[in-house]
Parts: sequence; structure tokens; C-alpha cells
Amino acid sequence: MKFTSVFDIIGPVMIGPSSSHTAGAARIGRVARDLFGRQPKWVKIYLYGSFAETYRGHGTDVALIGGLLDYDTDDERIKTAFQEAKAANLTFEFIPETANKEHPNTARLVMGDDDNEMSVEGISIGGGKIEISEVNGFKLRLTGGMPAILVVHDDRAGCIANVANCLAMHSVNIGHMEVSRIERGLTALMVIEVDQNIDKRIIDQISYIPHITKVSKINN
Amino acid sequence: MDVLFHNVRDLVERAEKEGKLISELMIEQEMLISGRTREEIFAQMDRNLVVMEEAVERGLRGVQSVTGLTGGDAVLIQNYIASGKSLAGDLLLDAVSKAVATNEVNAAMGTICATPTAGSAGVVPGTLFAVKNKLNPTREQMVRYLFTSGAFGFVVANNASISGAEGGCQAEVGSASAMAAAAIVEMAGGTPQQCAEGFAITLKNMLGLVCDPVAGLVEVPCVKRNAMGASNSLVAADMALAGVTSRIPCDEVIGAMYRIGQSMSPNLKETARGGLAATPTGKAITHAIFDGGDLKSLLKSRTASN
Repeated sequence: MKFTSVFDIIGPVMIGPSSSHTAGAARIGRVARDLFGRQPKWVKIYLYGSFAETYRGHGTDVALIGGLLDYDTDDERIKTAFQEAKAANLTFEFIPETANKEHPNTARLVMGDDDNEMSVEGISIGGGKIEISEVNGFKLRLTGGMPAILVVHDDRAGCIANVANCLAMHSVNIGHMEVSRIERGLTALMVIEVDQNIDKRIIDQISYIPHITKVSKINN
Repeated sequence: MDVLFHNVRDLVERAEKEGKLISELMIEQEMLISGRTREEIFAQMDRNLVVMEEAVERGLRGVQSVTGLTGGDAVLIQNYIASGKSLAGDLLLDAVSKAVATNEVNAAMGTICATPTAGSAGVVPGTLFAVKNKLNPTREQMVRYLFTSGAFGFVVANNASISGAEGGCQAEVGSASAMAAAAIVEMAGGTPQQCAEGFAITLKNMLGLVCDPVAGLVEVPCVKRNAMGASNSLVAADMALAGVTSRIPCDEVIGAMYRIGQSMSPNLKETARGGLAATPTGKAITHAIFDGGDLKSLLKSRTASN
């Protein structure tokens, strides 16, 4: 089921004018920031489908930037997010694309700072609900509605077991898990949805496991 | 996932068998899925109700959108009601004005509660605060109104769509209006089956509604679509309460809505490439807003030529 809670239907409380183009966009920006681990210094935002056609009128642009600044859907600062971004040293660029994506409301955020770069693709599926469809070229399906951990690692035997063991040691229950790789033996990605928000201590421990290159988390 | 209902038939059968309200089943399902208590869930919905009430009040005081394209119509309708000349009836027009009020606040980038979306956020609260004056519900009944709306919206969202970009305006204002009709029926004391009839009658009459926002903004025709949606809800609710039934069952209407949405051209699904957005005036408004034209004199000349 795409929608599980009544508050997906009656809600969210948000700044207008569009749940999929404004509230959904803010959530995509915020999850992208969570995955990056901090506020990036620069971002290039590629917009597809209906997002590309109508982003200015819907405030999709300010909402995405607001999300990257960690604002929730009902944060009044979304309206002035461009000015706030300037104050926070976040530079941004919007690039409307003509290619057709699977879903008409798709945005791809390529962001970075002096230490890191990351690409996150999100889709807004209606009523303010979103899914993350791609991270650094890996296809995945992540709703952002549950706390989750993303682990980038070398494609080696034992990596998955070691991460699962580490979570088990801290009594973290795994609700859903997806594993994918671009090519056998190279880089792979684990997407792990869990029942509770993950402490930074656990994230640090996972990142010390051999062959793990990056760990990001989404809290809920 | 374990849920209490997947479609309207499940919902109505279970409600009638267990002697429960639709709203009660939605509350029980939310408890089941979220693991939270009834009090927590009720409190969260109560907060949504507060947001809705504040948006209606703000809209009735008069707002203008960021572009200047919409705003102030809720006040005009209230003044007209006060003049005593209303033809359609005060309650119906009150719902219309309150739906407009909410959507004018939305267009002004104000705070609203999506029901089920922001573009369709006026219908459920608009009808609720209008029937409130007639039915004198308790606070609990008002919160339940939102759970009943939510139960039907939940079925639509999971079996069809509530997104204009995916299904056209029938998926947004159409769904919202049908959700509101079901909630009105429950609040007025109708049976769960009558809720479903009200829902089906409303949605049937909003099938095919295209999403053609001028300049891609949630303003024209969205604000007035919410108004018409609210009137649809009230009339359909009255019909259901009178004992009128829909020949096509509720779930089949939802299925039809989904397939119509899929076969609709992308030009008519929130891209602002077709329908009203593609009319000469629609294009002139787009040009005025985004390419530095003079929107004020354009709107003035429209009023003058009318």
C-alpha cells in the first residue's frame, strides 16, 4: 500500500499552494539533506515532468531549498528560503529537463561541499507523500516515512551480515531491507528501514566495519 | 500489511456488521498501523481541525494571493449571503464561501491542512464548518468528520490516485468532494452504506475533471473548483440521506476514475499545457506573471469586457 496513515490523507499541515509540488518538494529536500548528512554548500536541482513545467508557480523551488535548510512542510520560512539560503551559504541552480521520468513529479538533487558529493532523486506521489527513487545512481524505493539507514559498501561477502549483526547488538529491528549493486564485485548499497530512530553512535560503529564506505540515515 | 479495509465494500460491510461508524474503523486502523493510542491519534486530528478553522477564518477576513490572481471572493460570497438574496440557499453558499476561503489562503502561501491535497484543501473544511451551524456537532463529532473523510480518501489513494498530475482534478477536488459527502452523511446520522452512496454520487459527477491550472498555479480554476466541489458534496449527501442510491457501486466508480485518469492526456494533468491554461487569456496571464507583463491591467480589462 502506498498510503498507510490517515494523516497521509488528512494532512500534512503545510504552507500552500500544493501538497505534491510544495510540501512534497520540501520533504524531498529535507530527506536529501538527511542523506547527505549535513547542509550542502551547493546544489543543482534537475526538475522533470510537471515539476519542470510549473515549479515557479507552485513554490517548488523555494520548498526544495527550504527542505535542504531542514525546514518542515509547515515552516513559514519556506516562503523566504532563497534569502535564508544566501545567509546559510547555500548556492543553488534549477535546471528544468524535458526527458520523461516514470513519475511526473520528479526532482534530482546533485549536491556537495568540500568533502563530498551526492545525487538523490525523489518523486512526489501525491498528498505530500514522497519516495526516494535513486541515490548515487542506485535505484531504490524509500518512503521517508520510516527511519532508515543507507550503507554504501564494497560488494564483498559478509558485509550485509556484519551490518545486520551490529544492528542486532543494539536491539534495532529491521522492518524492510533492499540490497543492490551497480556491478558485481564493485560498489553496493543497502537500504535498511528500521523501527526506531538511529543513534549517531550506531552509525559510527557501522562506518568502522571493513568495506563500508559511507553510512547515511533518515530519522523520522 | 494487515489493514481493516482495502475498499469501500470492506469498509461498509465491517461497519454495519460491527455496528460501528466509518470514522471509528479509520481510528482503529490508525491505531493498528501506527501503534499509537486513540488519544494521540485524536489529538493529532484535532490539531489539523484547528489549522482548518484558522484558515477558514483568515480567508473570510480577505486575502490576496502572491500573484494577485485570486483572493477576496470568499468575502464577496459572505456579503451576498448577508444580503438575503441567495437563490441556492444560505448553508450551501456558506460551504462554498468557506471552501473558497481556505483555497484563497492556500494560494497566498498560507498555512492549510491538505485534505487530501493542498489544491483540494477547501472542500472538506468548507462543508464541515457550514454544516456545523445546522447540525451542532460536538468537538468529537467534528474530529470524526475528518476521520470519515480520511477513510474514503485512504481507499481512493491506495486504489486510484489523489494526485492531479497522475489523475487530473477528478483525483483531487473530485476525491475531496466525495470524501466530504460521505462525512456529511455520517454527521447527519446516515448509515455507512448511505455514506458510500453519497461518496459514489459525488465522484460519478466529477469524473473526467481535468487539471488545467493557469500558469501552473493553484489558483485558476482551483479556487472555484473547490467551491463547486463543496456544493456537489452537499447535494449528493442530501440525495443519499433521502434514500437515493448509486447504480454503479462505489469501488467501481473509483476504478473508473483511475482508468479515466490514466487515459487522460498529460496536457490535462497539471502541466498547464491544456484546458483553461492554454486559452488565450490563460496564456496572457502566464506571460504577465512570468515574463514581467502587466497582470493588473489584464485582469481589469477582463472585468471591463464582462
